[in-house]
Amino acid sequence: MNHPTRTGFLALLIAGVPWAGPALADGHRYTATDPTWKAECGSCHLAYPPALLPAASWRAVMSGLDKHFGADASLDPATAARIGAFLEQNAGRKRKVAAESELRITATRWFRHEHDEVPAYVWKSAKVKSPSNCAACHTNADAGAFSEHDVEIPK
Amino acid sequence: MRLAPAFLATTFLAATAALAAVSDVHAETPADFLHAYEAAARQGNPGFPGFSVQRGEVFFKTTHGREWSCASCHTPNPTAGGKHAKTDKPIAPLAPAANAERFTRPDKVEKWFRRNCNDVLGRECTPLEKGDILTYLNSLQK
Repeated sequence: MNHPTRTGFLALLIAGVPWAGPALADGHRYTATDPTWKAECGSCHLAYPPALLPAASWRAVMSGLDKHFGADASLDPATAARIGAFLEQNAGRKRKVAAESELRITATRWFRHEHDEVPAYVWKSAKVKSPSNCAACHTNADAGAFSEHDVEIPK
Repeated sequence: MRLAPAFLATTFLAATAALAAVSDVHAETPADFLHAYEAAARQGNPGFPGFSVQRGEVFFKTTHGREWSCASCHTPNPTAGGKHAKTDKPIAPLAPAANAERFTRPDKVEKWFRRNCNDVLGRECTPLEKGDILTYLNSLQK
C-alpha cells in the first residue's frame, strides 16, 4: 500500500517549487559563470553578474581597472582579456539594461527602481554599508540568485 | 691556468643569477620571496642593512599621506582575518603562520603588492619595503 517512489516524487516536486518557481519566474537568477571572473572580480566584492551592465559599460570598466572606483584593481593583460570577453559575451541585452551608460550598477535607473522600496535606514545600516554590498540582503547573491524570495534585510 | 679561476667564477656567477631568476619566478615559500627582495634591494643599495621587523610593522600600521594603511583592511593584527575597508568583503589572514597560502604564488603576491601599494602610497613598493613587510609578517605567530 505504501508507494515510496510516488511519495518521494511528490516530496521532490513540493520541495522544488519554492526554489525553482519564483527564482526562475522573475528572471532574477544569473547563471553565467567563469572561474577567472569569479576569482578576480570576486576578490574585493561580489562578482557582479555580467547581465547587470551592457557590453559597452563592461568595456569601459575593464579599460580603467587601475582606477576602479577608488582602488587599483589592475590585472595582467591576458587575464583582463579573458574576463573582458566573458563579461561582453554575457552582458545585459534587455532594453532596460542595454539603454544604460552608467558604469556603476547601483546608479542605473533599473537598480534604483528595483530598490525604491528599501528604506533609507537599511542603506545606512552598518551591516549593509553600501548599495554595492548585494550579499548583505540578497542571501544567495554569490550563486547569482537575486529573487525577492532570497532577500533578508539584516537586523 | 690563470684564466681558469676567472672562468669558473664567471660560470658560478651566471649560475647563481640564473637560479635567482628562477626562484624569482617560481618562488613557493615566504623565504624564497625574501631572498628575491634582498637580491633586488642589494642591487639598488650595496650597503643594504638587512630587513627589519620594526620598520615593517611601522610601515604596515601607518598611513602614507593617503586615506588607507595596510592595516585598514588587514587589521593591525595580520594573524587575524580582515575585511575590505570599502566593501566589507572578508580577507583571509595575511601572516604566513596563520595562512599557509600566503606568499606562495609569485603572480598573486606581485599583483596584490602592486595594487595595494598603489592604493596606500600612490606608487609601487620598493624591494626594501616589501622585504620589511614580509619580515614583519614572518615574525608573527598565530
